[in-house]
Amino acid sequence: MTRFTRRGLLRTGAAAGVLAATGLPAIAQAKRGGHLKMGLNGANTSDSWDGRTHSDIFIISAALGAVFDALTEVGADGALKGELAESWESSSDAKTWTFNLRQGVTFHNGKPFGADDVIESLKMHVGEGVKSAAQPIVAAIAEMNKITDHQVQFVLAEGNADFPYLLADYHLLMYPAGQIDEAIANGIGTGLYKVESFDPGVRFVGTRVDSHYKDGESGWFDTVELIAINDITARMNALLTGQVDVINDIDFKTESLLKANPMTEIFEVTGNQQFTFPMLTDVSPFDDNNIRNAIKYAVNRQEMVDKILLGHGGVGNDSPIGPANQYYYSDMEQTAYDPDKAKFYLKEAGLDSIDVDLSVSNAAFTGATDAAQLYQASAKAAGININLIQEPADGYWSNVWLKKPWCACYWSGRATEDLMFSTAYATGAPWNDTHFENERFMELMSAGRTEFDSDKRREIYYEMQQIVHDDGGAVIPMFANFVGAKTNKVMNSGSIGNVYKVDNGRVAERWWAA
Amino acid sequence: MHPVLKIVIQRLLLGLLTLLAVSIIIFVAVNSLPGDFAQAILGQSATPEAVAAIRRDLGLDQPAVTRYFQWLGDMLTGNLGISFAQANFASFVGTSAESGSGPVTVAQQIAPRFENTMFLAGVTAVIAVPMSLTLGILAALFRNSVFDRTANIASLSAVSSPEFFLAYILILFLAVLHPILPSLSNIYEGMPFGERLYRTLLPALTLTLVVTAQMMRMTRAAIINLLASPYIEMARLKGISPMRVIVKHALPNALAPIINVIALNLAYLITGVVVVEVVFVYPGIGQLFVDSVKNRDIPVVQACCLIFAGAYILLNLMADVLSILSNPRLRHPK
Repeated sequence: MTRFTRRGLLRTGAAAGVLAATGLPAIAQAKRGGHLKMGLNGANTSDSWDGRTHSDIFIISAALGAVFDALTEVGADGALKGELAESWESSSDAKTWTFNLRQGVTFHNGKPFGADDVIESLKMHVGEGVKSAAQPIVAAIAEMNKITDHQVQFVLAEGNADFPYLLADYHLLMYPAGQIDEAIANGIGTGLYKVESFDPGVRFVGTRVDSHYKDGESGWFDTVELIAINDITARMNALLTGQVDVINDIDFKTESLLKANPMTEIFEVTGNQQFTFPMLTDVSPFDDNNIRNAIKYAVNRQEMVDKILLGHGGVGNDSPIGPANQYYYSDMEQTAYDPDKAKFYLKEAGLDSIDVDLSVSNAAFTGATDAAQLYQASAKAAGININLIQEPADGYWSNVWLKKPWCACYWSGRATEDLMFSTAYATGAPWNDTHFENERFMELMSAGRTEFDSDKRREIYYEMQQIVHDDGGAVIPMFANFVGAKTNKVMNSGSIGNVYKVDNGRVAERWWAA
Repeated sequence: MHPVLKIVIQRLLLGLLTLLAVSIIIFVAVNSLPGDFAQAILGQSATPEAVAAIRRDLGLDQPAVTRYFQWLGDMLTGNLGISFAQANFASFVGTSAESGSGPVTVAQQIAPRFENTMFLAGVTAVIAVPMSLTLGILAALFRNSVFDRTANIASLSAVSSPEFFLAYILILFLAVLHPILPSLSNIYEGMPFGERLYRTLLPALTLTLVVTAQMMRMTRAAIINLLASPYIEMARLKGISPMRVIVKHALPNALAPIINVIALNLAYLITGVVVVEVVFVYPGIGQLFVDSVKNRDIPVVQACCLIFAGAYILLNLMADVLSILSNPRLRHPK
């Protein structure tokens, strides 16, 4: 591949380094050595090295962030690069993908990495009785063929231009073929750090492997230690007393302590994590778009960001595509709090005022009940009387979400526009929590899947965001930031990934000791 | 048969009966928690089909009575079962059990945590018991003096404050303002003993503050109670020093209630230190217990409850036996 065109860039991926030039000046200061200590929440005694079960930051930081690799990787700048795959290309219908694997890579037990490992590792996610969150991604692959030891071909059931992005998912870790049970029991991957000790729900220690294909690019620490600190005050204390160098999810109530301390620093990025209030668009009164519009204008988004997120977030615009997506429509006209406009839409629907029920519990997101009360107060001025129904936290996701006409919900967002829309907005999708149906939207969705031209894709996804914004049933008032804090004993390149918490869980890989 | 031995055997049998009753209560209580493991672990993806599948896998669709006797039978044969979280992990692997080491059992999960809890309880007891006894004796000796009042006010304030508050105060003074001790007590297997002790000191000090008051006040009260007895007066008339009167003459007779209070507090150290564990990130059994309740991991919750109940019963039994041994009248009944 000699020429980079936009089209070419998307259809064929280049090895890391060519695209990730932006972070280089800062990385030049990075040096090997030192011990990283991180205090993270989300640790469970049920954590294991099985990628299919991963769902929270502690085990993701240990697995994808240190011990294991995936085929592709979303860089700190949001660009896709190869991890265990060196490059890839696709047929013009985006159905057949060929991945060239990195050569000379070995697992921590010495076994060389190759095509068989890829196929077997992906097959873990499908099959009888297997429960994997990445099942839909792998199930979309109709055929996996080993071409050579270092080349794999995937034939998809339907074209998908985003396929390489999906393979960066943190569930899709690469295990040694034939030794997967052992690899899950002991943590045998191809990552920068091999397992020194792992006590689920308590602590993980990894030591740097002697030589790695990422040498000179990442993996600076000699040893990394992840300590499970689920309690927020204990996490803050540990950072303030210098017992850990990095923590996630700081306590906003005491953030002034971190700001006042010259040794510590807060870092935050806005990603795709969003707090929503989905309305079922086929249930009265929400089946009338005038009513939906009235409700969308009746919420004071900025107030919610200020009071619920304490400023650590951004206002949402009723579209689930966020800043961590490639085609985020940031210039779309912002729906703002406007009681008069809300009243106008109510009039259009032939009403002066309306009573609606909102089912809510803090199981939906932290502060959901408070957010609903703010909503109730701001909507009153528009003649919308919100009756809050406090639901039990237990069973919220099975009894309330997808069942009650209007409730509170959260989404972590998805890596690609298509995945987000097809999960939660496509006609008939099981998690379509607004029962949204729109013909034009579905046409655009299938057009986007096989379109490689960036400009055309942008047009498609902008229009889809506009449709959801205008016609959809989800009120999305806010996007929450990923917030963490560090001491001045560790450094980073200044650009922090916004796909997931604490630099996409890759601190052990990307940061270095000062 | 020696009467003391007879009492011990009687008490042990009674203890077993109590455990059986407790097991029923635990089972009923745990099973009446709203929500269940399937819903807890699936979160947003808790569709009715997925919930039903997991329930079927774990046998949660069986009637409660059947499940109780199954559990009791396993328990009697020493099998604490397999934790749901781990069982689920095993079915995730989707491969045969013979290749790996098999799923982790509840016993394997609990054992290291219980060891840590016992270590913390042990360190606390080593500090707290001698200290409260000494303080109690001194308070009795110098009763109504400034020392007595100060000790009383300090220990009562400590016991009246919530544990996390005491913990944060200690962290503030001993870890933040004067960094002498670490605020993180994340001990792990293979840690050298000295380091382990050093890391355990702050939580142990916090717990010491919590348990001292009761033991100290009981010691003081029990001794003062005896000081009005004629035989103490006699001893005093003989001209024995006040310290000797208390230690040699009063204390042996005051031992029974003191031992009871110590036993109760030790039981508390084993079963009730969740908050302190969370604040100091101490990997004890309390954290495992809370995690398991949150996840509705019933086998682990039930096993923890049984261990807690067992600890109470055993320590109370020990206290009873020791009180009997400390009392010659009970030791040699007519």
